[in-house]
Amino acid sequence: MTPTRILLSALLALAFVLAPHRAQAQGLTIDIVDGVPSALPITVVPFAFEGSGSPPDTDVASVIRANFNRSGQFRTLPVQDIVEMPVRQADVRYGTWRTLRQDFLLIGRILDADIGTFRVEFELFDVAKQVRVLGTAVTGRQAEMRSVAHQISDMVYEHILGVRGAFWTSIAYVTAVGSGGNITYTLMVADADGHNPRTVVSSREPLMSPAWSPDGRKLAYVSFESGNSAIWIQHLATAQRDLMTSFRGINGAPSFSPDGTRLALTLSRDGNPEIYVMDLSSRQLTRLTTHFAIDTEPVWTPDGRHIIFTSDRAGKPQLYQVPAEGGEATRITFRGEYNARPSIAFDGRRIAMAQGAGNVYRIAVLDRTLGGEGEMHLISPGTLDESPSFAPNGSMILYASREGGRGVLNAVSADGRVRQRLVLADGDVREPAWSPFRQR
Amino acid sequence: MNISLRVILAAALCVTLAACKTTKTPPADEPEPVRPEPIVQPVRPSDVYDWGDLETDSCLRQRVVYFDFDQSVIRPEFARIIACHAKFLRDVPAAQVTLEGHCDERGSREYNLGLGERRGNAVGSALRAQGGGGGQLNVVSYGEERPVCTQSNEDCWQRNRRVEIIYTR
Repeated sequence: MTPTRILLSALLALAFVLAPHRAQAQGLTIDIVDGVPSALPITVVPFAFEGSGSPPDTDVASVIRANFNRSGQFRTLPVQDIVEMPVRQADVRYGTWRTLRQDFLLIGRILDADIGTFRVEFELFDVAKQVRVLGTAVTGRQAEMRSVAHQISDMVYEHILGVRGAFWTSIAYVTAVGSGGNITYTLMVADADGHNPRTVVSSREPLMSPAWSPDGRKLAYVSFESGNSAIWIQHLATAQRDLMTSFRGINGAPSFSPDGTRLALTLSRDGNPEIYVMDLSSRQLTRLTTHFAIDTEPVWTPDGRHIIFTSDRAGKPQLYQVPAEGGEATRITFRGEYNARPSIAFDGRRIAMAQGAGNVYRIAVLDRTLGGEGEMHLISPGTLDESPSFAPNGSMILYASREGGRGVLNAVSADGRVRQRLVLADGDVREPAWSPFRQR
Repeated sequence: MNISLRVILAAALCVTLAACKTTKTPPADEPEPVRPEPIVQPVRPSDVYDWGDLETDSCLRQRVVYFDFDQSVIRPEFARIIACHAKFLRDVPAAQVTLEGHCDERGSREYNLGLGERRGNAVGSALRAQGGGGGQLNVVSYGEERPVCTQSNEDCWQRNRRVEIIYTR
């Protein structure tokens, strides 16, 4: 065993020791499936409280640490190993952190701002170069300290990796609580780490397929409250909602176009499921597919020019691509007997999907960077994994899986190497949808 | 109560009932309301179904058709159930049925919505082929959203891959 392997094993052991405690405290379980040798080592020193009253309830540094570990891009030094607690640049001794093999060091302090608000100042250091590379502050109310931690995480992530962070974003998902004929379905929105859950809409009839508008202000979803599927769009701030389609047959799989002006969806009003595009201002429908097969689950490519969807026109479900203005559909998945429910990364080159083989369903990512049929990678262990959703920066994928007869959510790094479970205290959780970035 | 009063009351009751009957004539497109049958067996050919048979006939009481994985083909053992429900729809033209299509948990949810509809349509086509009226049938797919069983094993999956025949009228 190399020293690196030993260190990794120690880190893993520590992660498992810490897991039960975190699970009880926050309703989350951490499940690191593999060490990531390429992850950057970073120390996030506990932020000092220098205010006059009582400190915030949120441990800002620990929220940042959890974000970094979950991303798969960073590996944070466990708190027990943080031998010095610098608060300002003058306190930093680079030699200490070099000995601990750290690439980066993040320190900070929490100060009083206006009444009920804190100013969180932080500084990031490059240990090898012995320089401060970032120093700024974020202000927030006492109750917003988790958001502040996510904003700091995003800034550090972007500064080091050159890619916008996706920690200060949201996730939508559906929960089902109860059993038999007595189930309550709820569409929820929470912070990207699963904290701060709030109800969007609740129903005794199934709710399905949440989809974000590109401005992050609305959710489209499917509700059976009228006795059949229907598509609704709801404004998150006001809870005001509009019925978009309630035709005979299936009204399903809504997906906003990248510019927010159109909604792709599935209707079976003419006999079997076909892909349509609705112009949201005129509500005019354009039919994109004409085939006796099941055509469903349309999603837009980031340039808005194509729609990728699921079809079983070749026998089993596979992914197809069709121009958004209409035209011929061409098959894009050739490996795996069952490929469905696509989610496209912002770069347009990677497509996550649920891939089935026999009784095993796993999340696969098709990388089309090099052209041709592309490369297919499996990134989840199975056995009933579904509903992948890319983070807006393409770094992670949320998906749903089954464990002990109920649904749980998983956040996995896009390379499949770091995975975290988000488990509800009660009931079944499914169909995660990662929000777009907040508008700057 | 003397006899004359009884006669008057009885007459008044008759008039009231008659009035009710004439004013309650339903519109042409609405079926006759269901009246509770007397205990005496109605005078009708014994091979014609009526409403009461829904709860007593051993075939009509079976209202679930099960399917193979990822299939919407009706298995031979369900031909008898389809046949008796088709006959009921023929015999009772006022009857309305919702065919609820369901799937097991495997595969994607929206695709399963399509598969559940395909199963509902398969049962609907079979009922129509045997004389059930198209206007009597309504197909609703719930995909995998309404399981009767939540274990991840074949026994449970088989119970979830189904079409429920639900009489709504």
